[in-house]
Amino acid sequence: MPRVVVDVMPKPEILDPQGKAVHGALPRLGFSGVSDVRQGKRFELEVADTEPGTLAEIEKIAATLLSNPVIEDYTVRVES
Amino acid sequence: MKIGVVTFPGSLDDVDARRAVRLAGAEPVALWHGDHDLGDVEAIVLPGGFSYGDYLRCGAIARFAPIMTEVVAAAERGMPVLGICNGFQILCESHLLPGALIRNNHRTFVCRDQVLSVENADTAWTRDFAEGQQITIPLKNGEGGFVADAETLDRLEGEGRVVFRYVGTDPNGSLRAIAGISNERGNVVGLMPHPEHAVEDLCGPGTDGLGLFTSAIRTMVGA
Repeated sequence: MPRVVVDVMPKPEILDPQGKAVHGALPRLGFSGVSDVRQGKRFELEVADTEPGTLAEIEKIAATLLSNPVIEDYTVRVES
Repeated sequence: MKIGVVTFPGSLDDVDARRAVRLAGAEPVALWHGDHDLGDVEAIVLPGGFSYGDYLRCGAIARFAPIMTEVVAAAERGMPVLGICNGFQILCESHLLPGALIRNNHRTFVCRDQVLSVENADTAWTRDFAEGQQITIPLKNGEGGFVADAETLDRLEGEGRVVFRYVGTDPNGSLRAIAGISNERGNVVGLMPHPEHAVEDLCGPGTDGLGLFTSAIRTMVGA
């Protein structure tokens, strides 16, 4: 069964306190060299096919439920 | 005079909201998220809490609850609708109000008595206040940072739709210290602080919260 992945990320201009918290923890663990962290969400949707109609529907799902366009961007891709 | 209070799975402050409605002089009606009609209520409160466990985004799943179809339709007809905290988040997710609420910039939950300035005393929920009046009601949230793009913020300010603003230090990183906003018509108002927790002298910081509910009653009777 094909899988479609929707990645949702906070828009670049939106503050991401969770990413900041993760970033702040890195030096405490001895990791250096990471200059920023942004945290998002990954959704894996199992679908019967990846026809254009199905993908158009997933675009709609991503835009209406999985992401809030005011604060987030999303990408849709078919996982091979 | 009936004011409906919607209970979603995970609502916390629905009972307090119904109590506030009663103390203000109206009859509270408990509405259920799975209901398909609003009965004969003349105003609606979406209470605070963590509907659907805040899964996905705060308010994102509650927005699609059956009763929200009726709430959105009623709001568009002009019925007074108040969203408190999680209710505010649901109103934003439903696009009844612009913008969104994100995690507090300091990443910690905030719980305190908060001074607000009433910026617009001409909405369905604020007409018993005076413009510029300062009120103190509890604030308790983890995701209360109000954000919107600059154009939307300018429009809200320009149209007088910033209804409440935080006084003193911005408690959660809300842009332009915005604590509450309204729709264009002024019948839909959302705010992060909790007026329903400030309706009796015995508990809470006073009775400043009552004014929102008495305002709605006055709106409903057309006075």
